[in-house]
Amino acid sequence: MAYDKFTILKSTGVPLPIENIDTDQIIPARFLKATERVGFGDNLFRDWRYNADNTPKKDFVLNDSTYSGEILVGGRNFGSGSSREHAAWAVYDYGFRCVVSSFFADIFKNNCLNIGVLPVQVSAKFADKIFAAIIADPKTELEINLPAQTITLVSTGEKETFDISHYKKDNMINGFDDIDYLQSIKTQIQEFAEHLPL
Amino acid sequence: MSNTLFDKVWDKHVVRKIEGGPDVLFIDRHLIHEVTSPVAFLGLKSRGIKVLYPERTFATADHNTPTINQHLPVADPLSANQLKALETNSNEYGISYWGLGHQKNGIVHVVGPEYGITQPGATIVCGDSHTSTHGAFGAIAFGIGTSEVEMVLATQCIMQPKPKKMRINVNGKLGFGVTPKDVALYIISKLTTSGATGYFVEYAGDVFENMSMEGRMTVCNLSIEMGARGGMIAPDETTINYVKGREFSPKGEAWDKALAYYKTLKTDADAVFDKELTFKASDIEPMITYGTNPGMGMGISHDIPDAADVEGGAATYEKSLGYMGFHEGDSMIGKQVDFVFVGSCTNGRIEDFRAFTSLVKGKHKADNVTAWLVPGSHIVEAQIKEEGLLDILTEAGFTLRQPGCSACLAMNDDKVPAGKYAVSTSNRNFEGRQGPGARTMLASPLVAAAAAVTGVVTDPRTLIEELV
Ligand code: SF4
Repeated sequence: MAYDKFTILKSTGVPLPIENIDTDQIIPARFLKATERVGFGDNLFRDWRYNADNTPKKDFVLNDSTYSGEILVGGRNFGSGSSREHAAWAVYDYGFRCVVSSFFADIFKNNCLNIGVLPVQVSAKFADKIFAAIIADPKTELEINLPAQTITLVSTGEKETFDISHYKKDNMINGFDDIDYLQSIKTQIQEFAEHLPL
Repeated sequence: MSNTLFDKVWDKHVVRKIEGGPDVLFIDRHLIHEVTSPVAFLGLKSRGIKVLYPERTFATADHNTPTINQHLPVADPLSANQLKALETNSNEYGISYWGLGHQKNGIVHVVGPEYGITQPGATIVCGDSHTSTHGAFGAIAFGIGTSEVEMVLATQCIMQPKPKKMRINVNGKLGFGVTPKDVALYIISKLTTSGATGYFVEYAGDVFENMSMEGRMTVCNLSIEMGARGGMIAPDETTINYVKGREFSPKGEAWDKALAYYKTLKTDADAVFDKELTFKASDIEPMITYGTNPGMGMGISHDIPDAADVEGGAATYEKSLGYMGFHEGDSMIGKQVDFVFVGSCTNGRIEDFRAFTSLVKGKHKADNVTAWLVPGSHIVEAQIKEEGLLDILTEAGFTLRQPGCSACLAMNDDKVPAGKYAVSTSNRNFEGRQGPGARTMLASPLVAAAAAVTGVVTDPRTLIEELV
């Protein structure tokens, strides 16, 4: 599925400084019953965000109007657990275009890249700085520059570069996805398949 | 050049390498289920493309199927709708479909091996992270997201950077009452849930060589819980004996050719890994988890460690213990147990039911415990009956449910109520995994059995006279 192009994003961020946030927290399994990709944002962090009677939990960050923006800043080992792409959809659907963390689980990171959410991995030190800056001043802005592969704390100008493969970077900048590419080499794939042992 | 098992299988499947990007990897076998495939099919439809090799994809319904009265229509309309979508899509695109009630229906990672879809040296993917299970056969098997499910349907390929390689050796002889599940939980407790992120793991050493295929599947299944993309074990006689003659295994000349290929599947003596770890079998005891990720496990006779002694933030650690209602320094022995779940693609195979039954034999289910025994497939279910295990279980006050994922992720009605404690043979103890507010302790079928008959967390070694 094609998605919006991503180049430079300047936004405030929402801090979630908890480690090992797993995909069951991002979107609990009972919300995976849809057959279409709609409405997942409403259930993002469902059980941390709402009480059993569906009233919002006041102390959860998504229910706190002090914090807003298109960047989610999470603790270390963000997105561990299941391969459900629904977790990345929920993040996107809620309105985040970028997740910042000092460490990402593999499949979650891949899923994000496939649907147009940019995972930005920073050093643990820089992650701490970002958390501290946002908590001290929720209006703190971050600038994510994908072509330059940098993330900047706008107030102080401190920045770090982040990794992304050339291929994925081009895809995100142009809003392309892997199927477009794979379709274009279909003949090569079919020839390859003739010579496999299984 | 000397290569690892992983290199050999991976390299054989690379259609094309992209400069500064991922490899285009050909996928031999693709497994799908009702939850992560519908949006992929929608994608195909909106692009107007067909499934390139429908004979390489296999569909089974498992994640949200009921485990009782499977002959009746599924009551939950959302689940029913998803199951229907899998059926319609499979039929429309010519994919073999094993729906509810079909003799071959069962948990995707249990039926794949049972029918010989899983083969040594194959590349196997599924929209489920525990696809790593199939690595037990020396396959490269890993979980993918829905966009990738769509890619595989459309082109039989996915695009992945080649992971780094890690070898985990466990040598020696496992102690009394120590099972493959304990070996895996022990390794995860040492590595943490992110310790193998970015790596593909090969398990080696005599502990794995001496393990049955069922045990190897349990170990490889849990690779994802330490962050690894997958885990694999080199195929040997045990593997070949398991694979031979199964419905989808190669036959005749194709078998001879396949066999020649299987024999090449081992790591060369001087091959180098990016990381190598070695553990001693004698250090492992029956394990149990006390927190809200699978890395928070320990030997059942130990006390819950202090926040200061574990890696990671104290705040996260305290949140986790708070959720479980446990405290630093607590012993797990004697903790309250309300539910016992035996099943899932981790421990829902025949050996697991044999182990469970061996312990409960001649004893009785504790009154305070609700037990859900859920076989991974109809084959497992039939075997439980044929081997006479069901009679022993019935005698001890247990009933058997019908195959499916069940309380592993609680998408159906098998939900542990908020605040209740479950000893579970599944793979994840995340907050709410087994139902909103449910508190999960992961353990082996033997530890589950000990809890089921005593009603509290109990060291199974105190209850078994004979080795299993
Ligand atoms: S049993 Fe659990 S882990 Fe295994 S396939 Fe089902 S939901 Fe996934």
